[in-house]
Amino acid sequence: MSQADMTMQGHSAGLVSEPAFSMPTKKLAMWLFIIADTMTFAACLVAYGFLRVGTPNWPRPFHSITNLAVMTFILLTSSLTMMLGVQSAKTGDKAGAFRWTMITAALGVVFALLHIREWLALIDEGMTLLKNPWGTGLFGASFFSITGLHLTHVTCGVIALIAVGVRYKGGRYNADDLEIMGLYWHFVDLVWMFVVPLVYLLNLSH
Amino acid sequence: MAVAEQHKTTATSKYLIVYVCLLALAGVQFAIAYQNIDPGQMFVRMMIVALVEALLAVLIFMHLWAEKRGFVIFVAVFTIFVLLAMQYGWTDSYRMEHGGAPYSSYSK
Repeated sequence: MSQADMTMQGHSAGLVSEPAFSMPTKKLAMWLFIIADTMTFAACLVAYGFLRVGTPNWPRPFHSITNLAVMTFILLTSSLTMMLGVQSAKTGDKAGAFRWTMITAALGVVFALLHIREWLALIDEGMTLLKNPWGTGLFGASFFSITGLHLTHVTCGVIALIAVGVRYKGGRYNADDLEIMGLYWHFVDLVWMFVVPLVYLLNLSH
Repeated sequence: MAVAEQHKTTATSKYLIVYVCLLALAGVQFAIAYQNIDPGQMFVRMMIVALVEALLAVLIFMHLWAEKRGFVIFVAVFTIFVLLAMQYGWTDSYRMEHGGAPYSSYSK
């Protein structure tokens, strides 16, 4: 091998040596999306806090935490089932991975239904985007915006879980793809940990 | 195969412990909501619990702990910087406490 060939090989080896942060491109893309989405939710929650602190007659319409506790339990459990799905996929248990992924999607559907039921109850009490019977009209706008954004994420997550699960079962996706899907689902769960205290628990009527 | 099975069992136990911790922390948040304390104090306590929950989820469930150190630093520095930068508006919200935020008295 000539010196020129060795130099060329050395250069190309340097160019394609390692992907950024030694992580698959898809996974890095998901992390970057999660970081960007964190900013979106943080901006919404900070704006919500700003309005809440700056508004004297902020409503406290929530009487019971039962529905909220059940929703939180379901979302946390769905994170565990997602983990179990990824774990099964990593060890080559394809049927187990598919089963856990579908259980996660089912829990996501239950969460979304409970969320919609809660929305309908509040709408029945007279709450809209612009007004409510308890205080400033800003409450409805901020409540529906933040919980709606989260609900949109859950809905998209359920659709993606089913799509990725089916493709994984069909052999088009592998365990890494399921893990990347898991990252998104855990993020949705993580956001809920901040939505619960800020939007619900601090607005309980004692 | 036996090694893989053992690894799977160990990992599952770890995830179960984290799951139980997350449930317990969520329970703590609900308990704080029923404490008879100042709303500011309540907010601080709830946020501390939420941050611990988030850390557990990010490090263990999302496997950030197992990623390259450079990536962990990248995520942490970038995210924390932007989140801290967003906090600059709080003082203004306290200023508006008496007059109300824009459109706060608007009700159609």
